Amino acid sequence: MKKEYSKKILDEISAKFPGVAIKIYAPRRIYIKISKGKVFDFAKFLHNDKGFRFSIATGIDTRDGIEIIYHFSHDEAGTYYNIKTLISKDDLKIKSLATFLPAANWIEREIHELLGVDFIGHPNLVPLLTAETWPADLCPLRRDYQDEHKDLKVEKKAWEEF
Amino acid sequence: MRRVVPIGPYHPLQEEPEFFKLIVEGEKVVDLEINIGYNHRGHEFISQTLTWDQVPFLVERICGICSDSHPYAYVLAVEDCAHITPPPRAQYIRTIIGELERIHSHYLWLGLAGHFIGYNTVWMWVWRYREPLLDLFELIMGNRNHYAINKIGGARRDILPEDYPEIEKYLNLLEKKNAMFTNAILDDPVIRARLENVGVLTKEEAIAYAVTGPTARGSGYACDVRKDDPYDAYDKVDWNAIVFEEGDVLAKAKVRLLECDESIKIVRQCLKNMPDGPIETRVDDIPTGEGIGRHEAPRGEVFHYVRSDGSNMPVRHKIRAPSYMNIASNVVAVKGYSIADAALVLAAVDPCYCCTDRTFVYEKGKKKYSGQDLLRLSLEKTEKIKRRYGK
Repeated sequence: MKKEYSKKILDEISAKFPGVAIKIYAPRRIYIKISKGKVFDFAKFLHNDKGFRFSIATGIDTRDGIEIIYHFSHDEAGTYYNIKTLISKDDLKIKSLATFLPAANWIEREIHELLGVDFIGHPNLVPLLTAETWPADLCPLRRDYQDEHKDLKVEKKAWEEF
Repeated sequence: MRRVVPIGPYHPLQEEPEFFKLIVEGEKVVDLEINIGYNHRGHEFISQTLTWDQVPFLVERICGICSDSHPYAYVLAVEDCAHITPPPRAQYIRTIIGELERIHSHYLWLGLAGHFIGYNTVWMWVWRYREPLLDLFELIMGNRNHYAINKIGGARRDILPEDYPEIEKYLNLLEKKNAMFTNAILDDPVIRARLENVGVLTKEEAIAYAVTGPTARGSGYACDVRKDDPYDAYDKVDWNAIVFEEGDVLAKAKVRLLECDESIKIVRQCLKNMPDGPIETRVDDIPTGEGIGRHEAPRGEVFHYVRSDGSNMPVRHKIRAPSYMNIASNVVAVKGYSIADAALVLAAVDPCYCCTDRTFVYEKGKKKYSGQDLLRLSLEKTEKIKRRYGK
């Protein structure tokens, strides 16, 4: 029964949002690729209309741009939806979900400071984890970030000196 | 007139740094600001520099209280990515340890809650019966904490048949004592007065803030990964999800107390039906792809996401601890209550700061500490502790 339920939802999704790419790797893990402009309406549809639980968002620095995955859990059917979108590095902007979903507030602040994505309409887009003195243009989770902190190989010297 | 009562970030009553800025009018809390990020962790980044097999060791150290939850969710994520099914015996072992950990974590909270409302009898009682459980962990896995039981494709240690009676003995003791706590706590008028109708989080707020675990289930929001998306042995045993509608601190306490009973049930059934056989499968390499692991930790859903490019390290490893969602809901739960209740309400979600705080690099205009400096500081501290204890 659960299987039919999630199939019904998938049909509804492809009817309402034509052109989304749906991939199912494992029975209860669904990955959906969607363009940047449609994410806001899509997330609103999932959360407000279908009652999905927002789990978290993941930001990934890839070759083509910053990829954001919004993870939604559909607890009634036990399925997990991952909404993927790609933001080009020339225009790092996306509509914020925090306007209707307070749960997205912290994670958007975190992605903003770690990867430099601007969330349009976020009520309070200030750094969450980094210190107050941290320069705003430095994004520590980017691939091109350079810092001695990034070199995690422990040199023998430090042990020996000690 | 509005005044600010700061709790933290460094406070003698807090074990870990976190900043709660209570804005009060008289004794009433009218607003709360939460500030996190006082502890350098960087786990997500470090994990991308380790091999698949080294990561469980790292993520086990994210949290000291629920140290089984993070590696559990991580191995589930990698198994999801590589389409591995661990052998049945390993599944049962992991389920048993996960449930025993839930009992010890809920008891830790219960003791602390008793301490926060000034009822130290509850605190001493509860921790007295938590202690044998930690001894049991030491017996089974050699460690009171950081059990290192999870491994990609199985479990690292077997539970020996000669240890079954010890586990059974503890469960028998706990069953009686848990019934005693439940009755004692729910019948006590003083405890009820302190917990009832305090820190109410309504179901709508729970959904909006996407809280998980006992915080959600105490507000009538029935989300439990063990039931919704069963993994390992959870769909092979018979148990109930505990849900209460009230949303106050008492409801959260009830959820935790009754969940301990359910955990006892699960462990008993697992021990009874434990299949024989190997405890691990051979895992050669992790193929390209992505995987998601979810485990219902004592505090809620632990979420791990891994992406693999076919090499021996994860390309991206995202970690979301339950407290990350639960602590944020304090903003609505604490509003309108007196400042005396605030400490209890803030603690009602069973916050785990070390899970929530993950990244912070110290800088003051220019870089103050290099990686080598941090290493030196930590070595110095270890030496200082050693000297203090004369070793």
